[in-house]
Amino acid sequence: MIGQAAHSVAWLAKGVGVMANGFKKQSTKTARRVAVSYSYLAPTLVLMLIFLVVPIVMVIGYTFFDNVIVNKNPVFVGIKNYVSVLSDKSFWPAVGHTLYFVIISLIAHLLIGMVFALILNTRYLNYKTKALFRVLFALPWMFTASVIAIVWRMMMDPSGVLNYFLLTFHLADSKVLFLASRDLALFSVTLINIWSGYPFYMISILAGLQGVSTDLYEAAALDGANAPRTFFYITLPTIKPILVSLMMLDFIWTLQQFALIWMTTGGGPVNASEMVSTYIYKYAFTKYEYSMASTAAVILLIACTIIGIFYVRHQRSEA
Amino acid sequence: MVGKKKGYVKAIIIVILVIGTLWAGFPIFWMLDNSFKNNADIFTFPPTWFSKTFGFNAYIKIFQNPEEIRFFINSYVIAACVVVLTLFLGILAAYAFSRYDFPGKKIINTLIVSVQAVPPITLLIPYMSLIVSLKLYNTYFALIFTYLVTNLPYCILMTTGYLNTLPKALDEAVKIDGGSSWTALWKILMPTAIPGLVSVGMYTFMQAWNEYLFALSLTKTNSMRTVPVGINLLMGQHSYEWNQMMAMSVLGSIPVLLLFLFFQKYFIAGMTAGSVKS
Repeated sequence: MIGQAAHSVAWLAKGVGVMANGFKKQSTKTARRVAVSYSYLAPTLVLMLIFLVVPIVMVIGYTFFDNVIVNKNPVFVGIKNYVSVLSDKSFWPAVGHTLYFVIISLIAHLLIGMVFALILNTRYLNYKTKALFRVLFALPWMFTASVIAIVWRMMMDPSGVLNYFLLTFHLADSKVLFLASRDLALFSVTLINIWSGYPFYMISILAGLQGVSTDLYEAAALDGANAPRTFFYITLPTIKPILVSLMMLDFIWTLQQFALIWMTTGGGPVNASEMVSTYIYKYAFTKYEYSMASTAAVILLIACTIIGIFYVRHQRSEA
Repeated sequence: MVGKKKGYVKAIIIVILVIGTLWAGFPIFWMLDNSFKNNADIFTFPPTWFSKTFGFNAYIKIFQNPEEIRFFINSYVIAACVVVLTLFLGILAAYAFSRYDFPGKKIINTLIVSVQAVPPITLLIPYMSLIVSLKLYNTYFALIFTYLVTNLPYCILMTTGYLNTLPKALDEAVKIDGGSSWTALWKILMPTAIPGLVSVGMYTFMQAWNEYLFALSLTKTNSMRTVPVGINLLMGQHSYEWNQMMAMSVLGSIPVLLLFLFFQKYFIAGMTAGSVKS
């Protein structure tokens, strides 16, 4: 990175030098092309500088000061905020809940998405049936978090329709408090997230399956391979790059999930479903302790960046 | 033997389709169903599947409430501006990436790819002071700029990909005729790239329409609230008028659903671009 930066700075200097010397035909042309390309990029670069680079620098800066935003003259405190967050009694449970939420969601998304994609790709169904179920199964992905939250809150209400099913089929002895009990809140939020996220896998896997060469399947059939063998030795290896990309993207997205949790349990009851995102939000907007919030937010940023780097590397190696 | 096995497979497929339909479809059916009921019928035990009070009362109430109509206007204005601006700026940047070599190209490209991993909640904290000091708090611009910046990277990467598939000979033909790169971009390249742009535009619309965290935090008055925040506001305001909340949810979901149903192919192309390489 640094080498690259130095290289580009040298290049840039050369370009500027060339422009300053000017009038030599060849180099004027190069300089012109550089100027043209930067004029196409200018609006994007300005926006990204103001609304991405500056805020990220700001938030990293906040983590080294005390009482930022609230106090006009914050005091430099070094890494004290990091020590406070990492030794905060409610931080690690939030990390634990987030990991539970992310890992269970990812596994369930993958399994449900895979099963639905395989079903929608079989030769046992005709084209119209497949098209119909593809739309139907993809629907949950279209709804915004507040709609999902409100509909599931209604269904998971103690007098809601899910409790009616559980009692009618004798799956529960008494009304289940899905979102209001400390034992079930985290599981319930995860279940809602599973519902809202699997279609992304289903549709991507389906697109991948349609790219698997039919020659391979024919060869497998000739060799007398049964369905599970064909799946594990041909289908799975071919779509593996897609699955890896999907899981990395989903990891980043689910790690950042805020809206769904905020509007169903709000992290409660009593921190039972508190995640890193709600933890940050509460520190910032209910306790107004922006330094603590920024520190936790930067820790989340670091986690997402690490996965992001792996994602980019994986995408490049596949390209 | 073979016939019997085929029968088993078909039975399993049908069972999965039925379970899948209930799993994916029931919450949506329940939302629709309850939006047509009277509020008193929503938590009856046992539930009323097809209520005798079926009607459009909840919808009429929403359409009579100027505050709730305002949520929709805000969402449409913001999403439309974001789509247009994102595509316009994204196309310009993508053209530079696709057709020019310039110093710093690799660094800028890495930056654009990596900002996609930045969690919105990390940006939100500095945004509170940044947006206030730019005097954008509680305005359309706060959300338009935010969504523009968060969606631009995806748009640039996708559009660069499309432009890379178009031969450079197209641009050169324009230049030989005395046209500028600007003419080549808008008159020749863009018309060819429309299918790709439709996908990007729809994905951007969906992101802008559905966003919650920034919409919640960067606006304050009800006249600036968008649909996702508005739906959640109904919970407190109307002391749990569930039928109205469901009606509002249905209305708030319709734009994205319509886009999905009518432009499925483009929609799916936009959605799967991050994971599936074709």
